[in-house]
Amino acid sequence: MKKEKIIEVNDLYAAFDSLTVLSGVSFSAYQGEVTVILGGSGSGKTTLLKHLLGLYPIMGGRISILGKDLAQLREVEQVELYHKMGVLYQSGALLGSLTVAENVALPLSQHTKLPPELISDIVYMKLGLVNMAHAYHLYPSQLSGGMLKRAALARAIAMDPPLLFCDEPGAGLDPVSLESLDQLILNLKNQLGMSIVLVTHEVPSILRVANRIVFLDQGQVAFEGPLKEAMHSKHPAVSAFFSVLKNEHVRELVR
Amino acid sequence: MAKKKTDQDVLFSLGEQLKLRVEGRVISPEGRLNFEEAGNFTLLVPRIIRGRKLRHVQISLADIKQIDSAGVMALYHVQRTMARRRISVELVNTPVSVEEKMLLFTTKDQLPERLTVQGGFLERTGEVVHHFFSSYIFGFLLLASNIFYWSFADLFRSSARRKGEVVNQSVLIGVNAVPIVVFLSFVIGFVIALQSSGQLKSFGANIFVVDLVVISIMSQMGPLITAILIAGRSGSAIAAEIATMKVTAELDALKTMGLNPNRFVIVPKLYACMLTMPFLIVLANVAGMTGGGLAANLYLDITPEIFMNRMGDIMRNKDLFTALIKSQVYAALIVLTGSFYGLRVERGAEGVGRVTTVAVVVSITLVILADSILGIVFY
Repeated sequence: MKKEKIIEVNDLYAAFDSLTVLSGVSFSAYQGEVTVILGGSGSGKTTLLKHLLGLYPIMGGRISILGKDLAQLREVEQVELYHKMGVLYQSGALLGSLTVAENVALPLSQHTKLPPELISDIVYMKLGLVNMAHAYHLYPSQLSGGMLKRAALARAIAMDPPLLFCDEPGAGLDPVSLESLDQLILNLKNQLGMSIVLVTHEVPSILRVANRIVFLDQGQVAFEGPLKEAMHSKHPAVSAFFSVLKNEHVRELVR
Repeated sequence: MAKKKTDQDVLFSLGEQLKLRVEGRVISPEGRLNFEEAGNFTLLVPRIIRGRKLRHVQISLADIKQIDSAGVMALYHVQRTMARRRISVELVNTPVSVEEKMLLFTTKDQLPERLTVQGGFLERTGEVVHHFFSSYIFGFLLLASNIFYWSFADLFRSSARRKGEVVNQSVLIGVNAVPIVVFLSFVIGFVIALQSSGQLKSFGANIFVVDLVVISIMSQMGPLITAILIAGRSGSAIAAEIATMKVTAELDALKTMGLNPNRFVIVPKLYACMLTMPFLIVLANVAGMTGGGLAANLYLDITPEIFMNRMGDIMRNKDLFTALIKSQVYAALIVLTGSFYGLRVERGAEGVGRVTTVAVVVSITLVILADSILGIVFY
C-alpha cells in the first residue's frame, strides 16, 4: 500500500546574503511515519525546519505540507494549517508569564469551544502523558531543561495535531527520560497515526523511532530513504555518521 | 442542537459530526467525538441524564467512528461529574480503536491543588512589610555597598577595568543624550521667561526676569530635567540590559569565569554616569539660560549685554557647587536603581519589560525625592 505524502519539498533553495545554505533540497515525508532529518552542524537542518514551519519566506523551490503549497497560502489558510501542526522547539519556547498548564491550555482555549473544566482535564492528561502532571501550577522558570522540553511537547500535542515537528527533542534529557520520550513518540505515531518530523543526533533515538532518514550535507540531500538503507549508504558523510552509529549499536548489543 | 422524536428513541444532533441516540438508559454517540464536538457532548449528556432522572446510565461507544484526546477526556469528564451526583455511567461496547485511545489518554488521579497558604490579616501585613524591608531596602543597600566598594577599589586601578568600557558607556549615557538635554532645557528656559514676562512687565520689573531664569535654571530645573531625562533614557537601558543578561545566563557565565558581574557590568556604568552628568547639567544650564535670554530679548526688550551683566551679579558659586553634588547623587541613584531592578528580573521576556518600567518609575521618583531633600539641605 502506497502511503500518502504529508510533506513534499522540491528543489528548495535558501541563502543568507551571499551564503547559500540550502540548494536543490528535495525529499518527501509520509503519513504515519517518523522522518528524521540528520546532518552535521551547519548542514542546513535548522534552516530547512524553519522553512517547513513557514517561518522563512521561500526563495526558490516548492514546499507542500498536508497537500497545501506553503508559498500560495493566504494568512487564514496558513493559520488553519498551523492548527494541524504541533512544534516542539529546541529551547521549549514556553511563555514565561504563564504557568505550564496555561501554556498547554493556550491553543485549546484559543482554537476550540471546549468548556474550561474539560480543557483543564485535557491539559492535565497531556501533562500526564509526558510525566509532567506535577508541574501543572509551576512556571517555566521553575523547571529544569528536560522538564521544560517535556512540558513543551505537551503543548505541541495539545490539539492532537496530525503532524508533529520536533527540533532536537533529546538534547538535555537523560537516557531514561529520552527512552520514555521515544516511547511516547512511537505511541503518538502508532495509536494516533501522527506523522512526525524529527531533527535529532541522538543515536539510540534514531534506532528506536526512525522510519525514514533525510541526510543533509552542505545544504544538499546526501541520502533519502528508509533507516536500513541509510546504514548501508555509500555516501562518505552518511557512511561516516552511520559507522559511528553501528559501533554504538554493536556496543549496546555486546552489553 | 436539534431534537428528533422517533417511536422508541430520541436523536440529538450535536454538531455536524456527532449525533446522540438515547434509548432508555443507553446513550449512543454516533460519529466523531473530537475537539469540535467534545464541548457539546459534556454539556448535553449530563442534561439528558438529569432530565430523565436516570441513576444508572450506559454509554455505548460502538458507533464512534473517530475519537481524539478531547473526546476521551469528555467521556471521563461525564463519568466523573455524574459520579459526584451518585449516578453511575458505564462505558460499553467499546471498539478496539477507541479502547486504545482511552488507554493512551488516561489520567491517573485528580488535579493537584495549587499550594497557597493564606494567613490572617496581621500575618499578611507582616509578611509584606518584612518582604519590603528585606528584599527592597536591604537588597538595595547591599547592592549599593557592593558597587561603591568596587568603584572606590578600582578607581585608580585601570588594569581591573574592561578596556574602553567607561568611555563606551560615557558615550551611550552622556554624549548621546546631549542633543535632547540641550533642546529641552532651552525650551524650558524660554517658556519660564515667557510665562513670567507678562507679570513682570505690569510691575515694570522687567530686569528681574534674569534673576528668575538664572536662579530657577541653575539651582533647580537644569539638574532635575537632566536627571529625569537620563533616568528615562539610560535607567531603562541599564535595567533592560542587565535583566536580559540575567535571563540569558550571561551574568552566571561571568561569575563562573571568575568575574564579579557587579564590578564588570555595573561599575563602568556608574563611572560613566557620574562622569558625564555634571557636564550634561552645565550644558542644560547654559541652554536654559540662553532660552530665557532669547525670550527676555523678544518680549521684555532686555538686550543680551544687560542680561549677561545682571546674570554675573546674581550667579553664585554655591549654585554650581550644589549642581555638582546633585549630579553625583542623581547619577548614583539612576545607575543603582536600574541595576537593582535589572538583577531582580523573573520569568523571561515579560519580566524584562516589567523591571524596565519599574526601574524608570522608581528612579524618577527617587531623583525627585533626592532633589527635594538636597533643596532643603542647601537652601
